[in-house]
Amino acid sequence: MIPFLAADPLYADGIDGTVILIVIGKVLVTFALLLLLVMLIIWFERKVVSDMQNRVGPNQAGPWGLLISLADAIKLFFKEQSIPDAADRRAFFIAPYMSLLPAFLAFAVLPIGGEIHIAGHTTYMQLADLPMGVLWVLAMSGIGVYGVLLAGWGSGTKYPLLGGVRASAQVISYEATMGLAVVGAVLQSGSLSTREFVNAQGWNDGIASIGHWFFIAAFPAFILYVIAMVAETNRAPFDMVEAEQELVGGFHTEYTGIRFAIFFLSEYMNMITMSGIAVTLFLGGPSGPTFDFLSWIWGPIWFLGKVAAFMFLYVWLRGTLPRLRYDQLMNLGWKWMLELALFWVMISATWLVAKEEGWNLAIVVPSTLLGAALMMFLLLQAFPKSSSTESSGMRGEVTR
Amino acid sequence: MDWVVFLIASAAALGCACGVILSRNPVHSAMMLVGTLFSIAVLFVAQAAHFLAAVQVMVYAGAIVVMFLFVIMLLGIDVEETLSDSLVRQKPLALALGAVTAVEAVLLTRMNWTVGTPSIQGPIGGPDGNAREMAEVLFTKYVWAFELTAVLLVIGIVGAVVLVRRRPTEVSE
Repeated sequence: MIPFLAADPLYADGIDGTVILIVIGKVLVTFALLLLLVMLIIWFERKVVSDMQNRVGPNQAGPWGLLISLADAIKLFFKEQSIPDAADRRAFFIAPYMSLLPAFLAFAVLPIGGEIHIAGHTTYMQLADLPMGVLWVLAMSGIGVYGVLLAGWGSGTKYPLLGGVRASAQVISYEATMGLAVVGAVLQSGSLSTREFVNAQGWNDGIASIGHWFFIAAFPAFILYVIAMVAETNRAPFDMVEAEQELVGGFHTEYTGIRFAIFFLSEYMNMITMSGIAVTLFLGGPSGPTFDFLSWIWGPIWFLGKVAAFMFLYVWLRGTLPRLRYDQLMNLGWKWMLELALFWVMISATWLVAKEEGWNLAIVVPSTLLGAALMMFLLLQAFPKSSSTESSGMRGEVTR
Repeated sequence: MDWVVFLIASAAALGCACGVILSRNPVHSAMMLVGTLFSIAVLFVAQAAHFLAAVQVMVYAGAIVVMFLFVIMLLGIDVEETLSDSLVRQKPLALALGAVTAVEAVLLTRMNWTVGTPSIQGPIGGPDGNAREMAEVLFTKYVWAFELTAVLLVIGIVGAVVLVRRRPTEVSE
């Protein structure tokens, strides 16, 4: 048995040609699904934002303008691709793929359904069931920074560089919070495998599974994850990276044609992946009521439905909230969210151990909360009284 | 199968490691370093050390090299380097130390010091075996080393913050 292949029943009887074909098929289907979703979501975002702004939005290509993304893709494909003279060609070429690949690879470990049977083999509706699935997701979101960073630096001009450096600082800052929010969910499931997560949240319990979903038991972690997720994908109100008024277009200012399209694609793919992670970790993944008719299809339907709800949240935030200032963004990330995430890990770990060991919860829980409040108070004392000196210092550093 | 993975991953690790020292541009070197770290993570996975592999990619490739790049870009030292050394006698010293290290590595592997018996505890069971075993050892047997390392890191961070922090009166507005 090869040690790095995971628990998928597909590999139980050894590996032959059919198994390899099934794996290749799964890869293609997953990629096609993501591409299709991106197309639909770009259309969805434009339509919803138009509604919020009292506009009609895309309505020419196809019914209700559904084919607008396809038309855009064809247009971008045939456009001229320019490369700045000062660009570092290698970094410039590789950057779009560096941001596209991690989004796809992170999506690969998310379970989108139960078991299916193909050609006498049984397999999970999930590209790979890694034993460290959750850590893999975090690792991939860390790798995704390179795309933006290299694009900004490789363009060889000022604004993209500023955009790229801002992006990396932002993503690193919020990654810490995101990791701790994920720990909040890991504490509940007691496992690092994404499939175990779904199982622990009452997989196949039908509608009753909602009671086991971790967004109830780890509600603060869920909220922190959602905020960090929006910041990680560089979307409004955290879209400091491509603040048009300040940075022209941010890190992808110099990109044209199909390479720009790949950045666009990877942004939306990242949104889907991050929402998928939220669904898997906190909202029970593909669990929901199933019916006898085509029983395998209900998992993916519930999964995609929950992802769609998150997509609406993204668009809603974009349509209604103004952008944060850069120092506000950093203050929120480092001085509030990180602390709250740490406190939540502490509180919920204490609660779980206390329950298991049979300690007196009436004493343990209030004292933990009191301790957390005391530490937060001490931290607040350490913060500078007004943020005005700090923000001017930060501006001075950026322009220097 | 194990052999194929080992050959590809180690070749990639060595190739990228050569790229780190042969690239003229610091940013290219840093990207090559990411490649090296990733290849080593693949080798960890082949040895069923999933947790180590994930942490390797997360911490080193995902955070530390990003910090390197950040500093390189912010300080604007991303220009191509010349081959002339600014440090006197750096080249002969580096060669001598490199030779010593190479001889040491060969000797150690010859003496069966680094490649001992695979594991006395046997294979780790279950999807979470890795993290469980690791955590148990870390929080029982090596808890002092673990906590002291944490203290050391905190001291490092606090020291760095104190060193770069100017007093408000010195800031020229």
